[in-house]
Amino acid sequence: MNGTQGTFDKSKVDEIIKNCGAKKSNLIAILQKVQEVYRYLPEEAMTYIGTKVEGVSPATVFGVATFYAQFSLEPKGKYEIKLCDGTACHVRGSMPVYESIIQRFKLTDGKYTTEDGLFSVETVSCLGACGLAPVVVVNGKVYPQMTTDAMKVIIDTILEREKGG
Amino acid sequence: MSNVTLDIKAEQAKAQAEIKKQGLRVLVCAGTGCVANGALDVIAKFEELGVNVGKLTQEDKLTIIPTGCHGFCEQGVLVCIPQLHTTYVKVKADDVDEIVHKHLEGGEVVERLLYVDPQTKQHVQSDEDINFYKKQTRTALANCGNIDAESLDESINVQGYEALHKVLTENNPDAVIQEVIDSGLRGRGGAGFSTGLKWKFTAANKGGKSYVVCNGDEGDPGAFMDRSVMEGDPHKLLEGMAIAAFAIGADEGYIYVRAEYPLAITRLRKAIAEAEERHYLGKNIMGTDFSFVLHIKEGAGAFVCGEESALLASIEGERGMPRPKPPFPANKGLFGRPTLINNVETLANIPAIILKGANWFASMGTGTSKGTKTFALTGEVNNTGLIEVPMGTTLREIVFDIGGGIRNGKKFKAVQIGGPSGGCLTEEHLDLPMDYESLTKAGAMVGSGGLVVMNEDTCIVEVARFFMNFTQNESCGKCVPCREGTKNMLKILQKIVAGEGEMEDLDLLEELANSVRDGSLCGLGKTAPNPVLSTLKYFRDEYIAHIKEKRCPAGVCSAMKKITIDEELCKGCTKCARTCPVGAIEGTVKNPHKIDQSKCIKCGACLDACPFKAIKKN
Repeated sequence: MNGTQGTFDKSKVDEIIKNCGAKKSNLIAILQKVQEVYRYLPEEAMTYIGTKVEGVSPATVFGVATFYAQFSLEPKGKYEIKLCDGTACHVRGSMPVYESIIQRFKLTDGKYTTEDGLFSVETVSCLGACGLAPVVVVNGKVYPQMTTDAMKVIIDTILEREKGG
Repeated sequence: MSNVTLDIKAEQAKAQAEIKKQGLRVLVCAGTGCVANGALDVIAKFEELGVNVGKLTQEDKLTIIPTGCHGFCEQGVLVCIPQLHTTYVKVKADDVDEIVHKHLEGGEVVERLLYVDPQTKQHVQSDEDINFYKKQTRTALANCGNIDAESLDESINVQGYEALHKVLTENNPDAVIQEVIDSGLRGRGGAGFSTGLKWKFTAANKGGKSYVVCNGDEGDPGAFMDRSVMEGDPHKLLEGMAIAAFAIGADEGYIYVRAEYPLAITRLRKAIAEAEERHYLGKNIMGTDFSFVLHIKEGAGAFVCGEESALLASIEGERGMPRPKPPFPANKGLFGRPTLINNVETLANIPAIILKGANWFASMGTGTSKGTKTFALTGEVNNTGLIEVPMGTTLREIVFDIGGGIRNGKKFKAVQIGGPSGGCLTEEHLDLPMDYESLTKAGAMVGSGGLVVMNEDTCIVEVARFFMNFTQNESCGKCVPCREGTKNMLKILQKIVAGEGEMEDLDLLEELANSVRDGSLCGLGKTAPNPVLSTLKYFRDEYIAHIKEKRCPAGVCSAMKKITIDEELCKGCTKCARTCPVGAIEGTVKNPHKIDQSKCIKCGACLDACPFKAIKKN
């Protein structure tokens, strides 16, 4: 664990709730902001939000957090690899690229973060960049027309950088 | 209502004068697609050079304008210089120097950066002469890629907010609704319900608080028209919403945008702030007592939130689950108040309808499908991108004339239209007019307009499995037939692509499909079986080949695929072993190599890498 991950800081969450407004209709926005800070939703944070936001119980918070794909209850990797598996990307071969990442990181079913916490890998439905299919996004940067080769280069480059820095 | 005090003609003149000062306008596409291809580097390079540029041949000044999506994503980064009737394609930062010095200063076109027509092999200088654009009629997308999406003045210069000015001046909400009814505009988000009638039903509950909500939760994989409008011409959407709000008597609105569209969210926020500051939105619009306050709500990744009642639940901070209808949102919607929900593209059509009239809009299209429709043309087609054509344009015109045919000279097999709710169209449908009724009759639907082209190498059964996997994942779980039915349909499809299917499975699939369709509350479940039913109808033989012969005719399904190396042809160059992403190929230099089948993921990378054609796929 590194950075802010794993430690729960009430004052930070308080500030987010204050900025968004402690209303039920702002619950999703609050969770999004909290996840931005922690890279996932710590259980304590969810329970805490459930006691602070008007008209919401900890169970409701948990219900909302588990409903939406954007929210993660587990820490994500330092590098979030999102592989688009929309129709256009699928037809143009996104799955072989995905398989190659999974194999390389030896991620088995249900696991999507590497042991060292460096990478997390997930498929997402359509990013709306279908003209560039297949598309991979690493920490917000979009890589167009991906192949297994290009994916290998991207991961190698990140690993090099991590070793160097 | 108090009178409009804003003089739109004067504002337009002012905006025009501002734009004139810019001199030579260089439009660089900065939509999501082009940004991924390096548009920001291109812009930076232009700006770096622009400061030190010598004497230009046409104007004395140069202004670089980042625009929204120009549509021709395949050819990005696109650089358009309308005053010189020139469009450059596939521009990289390194090419900017040549464009500036050779063309802008020297007056000589950089031919190597022009679009080459794949049929005639000729260079085409102006986008107006590129087939991809020539055959389009753009209404919702009219300004996308042609204006600076982040400037209100640019919007005003192309008649932005003139329609809103008109309806506020005339001050007759019922006439606005009638105009929209007469135009024949139908919801562009999928269901195709009359937009004008929806407005009328909501307006009937006028009096208390009511809302206008824009559905920008473009979840259909393979569709990105709403993203392009929000990124490329946000003010048009805001204007459309304000007109709707005026017509139905609402003073507050929400735009629900997918979290996957960060650029759209940024641009909308900026547009709202600028429009409010100059009284085109917010309190006392254009000096009248009409107010309309807009908020952005970011989605959190749930396909079902594209369904209107689920979307409302999500805005209220709940799990995005559909609610039974009635009551319809027009009567009891957001926070229990009357609510009008329209899709982005629908609303983007409104300003043009108000300005040019219902008759103009209704003159395009077919009997019951009026106006133009955007399609996201993707998959195995030469010109992928975003297009807009009159309703009723044939599939052949879209795929072959605008799309430039199938990539790499392969054979057309089918298009999948309407995403996970839609179906496929085959060769026999190439001359079918693309309108609501014709498509429904053929077992597909317009949907949001995602058009994924598939060639002979696409396995149709695998595509059906793909969609079922998608809907099964996205089913919210409220209705048992949808939750359990999609799961079981997926299981059967997985069995078939794994080569373990039985003939009885096909009957069971159809039976389950009917139960899911009949037993689900919302559009997601009601339409989830469509891709399976439509592929079973047109490509039953492929299903049978998978089941009886344990063969995938397209050679896609990996369980039935084996990649091997021909020892006679292999020269031991090691290229394949170095290419293999999973290290499944073993061998030493100058000796035949071997593939370890237990490691092979059948990605086919080695097939392309082998210079001796020694690797075979069966």
